[in-house]
Amino acid sequence: MHLIINGEDHDDLPDGLTVAMLIAHLGLPERKIAIERNLEVIPKSTFGEVILNDHDKLEIIHFIGGG
Amino acid sequence: MPETSTDNLIVAGRTFQSRLIIGTGKYADYQQNADALAASGADIVTVAVRRVNLSDASAPMLADFIDPEKTTYLPNTAGCFTGEDAIRTLRLAREAGGWDLVKLEVLSDPKHLYPDMEETLRAMKLLKEDGFEVMVYCSDDPVFARKLEDLGAAAIMPLGAPIGSGLGIQNPVNIRLIIEQSSVPVIVDAGVGTASDATVAMELGCDGVLMNTAIAEAKDPVRMARAMKHAVIAGREAYLAGRMPKKLYADPSSPLAGLI
Repeated sequence: MHLIINGEDHDDLPDGLTVAMLIAHLGLPERKIAIERNLEVIPKSTFGEVILNDHDKLEIIHFIGGG
Repeated sequence: MPETSTDNLIVAGRTFQSRLIIGTGKYADYQQNADALAASGADIVTVAVRRVNLSDASAPMLADFIDPEKTTYLPNTAGCFTGEDAIRTLRLAREAGGWDLVKLEVLSDPKHLYPDMEETLRAMKLLKEDGFEVMVYCSDDPVFARKLEDLGAAAIMPLGAPIGSGLGIQNPVNIRLIIEQSSVPVIVDAGVGTASDATVAMELGCDGVLMNTAIAEAKDPVRMARAMKHAVIAGREAYLAGRMPKKLYADPSSPLAGLI
């Protein structure tokens, strides 16, 4: 499966990934991030159920220093 | 007259003990930022929303140093130039942190970083409809400030001077007009350079001061954070105390009666 994550192509991902599985695969702390798929926010409570589709565009964000 | 300890800042029904809000940008590292926060006594920090670094998932995160359970994170929309950008960013922030209190800033020209007030008003409307409590960075124009309040802004945050300039309160007349007409908190956001600037803002009657560069780019940020804590308290106390009238001539402090 092919995903675009934070503007970069990821081609080597298995089909049928849930959001939770992707987060674990990327090694990210689930509590501190949020994810948008194709411009829609994915609620954290659904990370375990939502299955990603080929060519989904994801944005994964966290908080950094700012004014 | 309320005592300092009960003179709290209340925004959108939430109570904060400190009237100082600090940014988390431009510090040498997150540890210095955390130390400055402790010295400042601030209850709220502004934070930015950005992509995670996928190539180094173990890189330190702000939340490892400043605990969002103890300090209120106020997500901003820095870098957003349209209402749509701003609402997209803050929806993600809300999901990441679970907070609906946010700072809206829609900027225009990178040279002066003045807010684009037309877009700011539009974004304000969109965010309010989406259930956000919005603290708004705005120009020091009482007409726009009134419009923001009418749209339901949780706090009006006029600039004292351009972001990061450290020039101090350039237009105290406008800031005072905004304070006079507003029934929501007015917080000077941007322009403070040193402690006396923060005191001036508070003496004008502002409900709070938001600053980042003044602390982060001081030679000793932690010490400046402490100075700002005292500056904001001093200005607030002086405002509540009510200053003496200015006079054109001297007035002796020691009585003249009973002179030998």
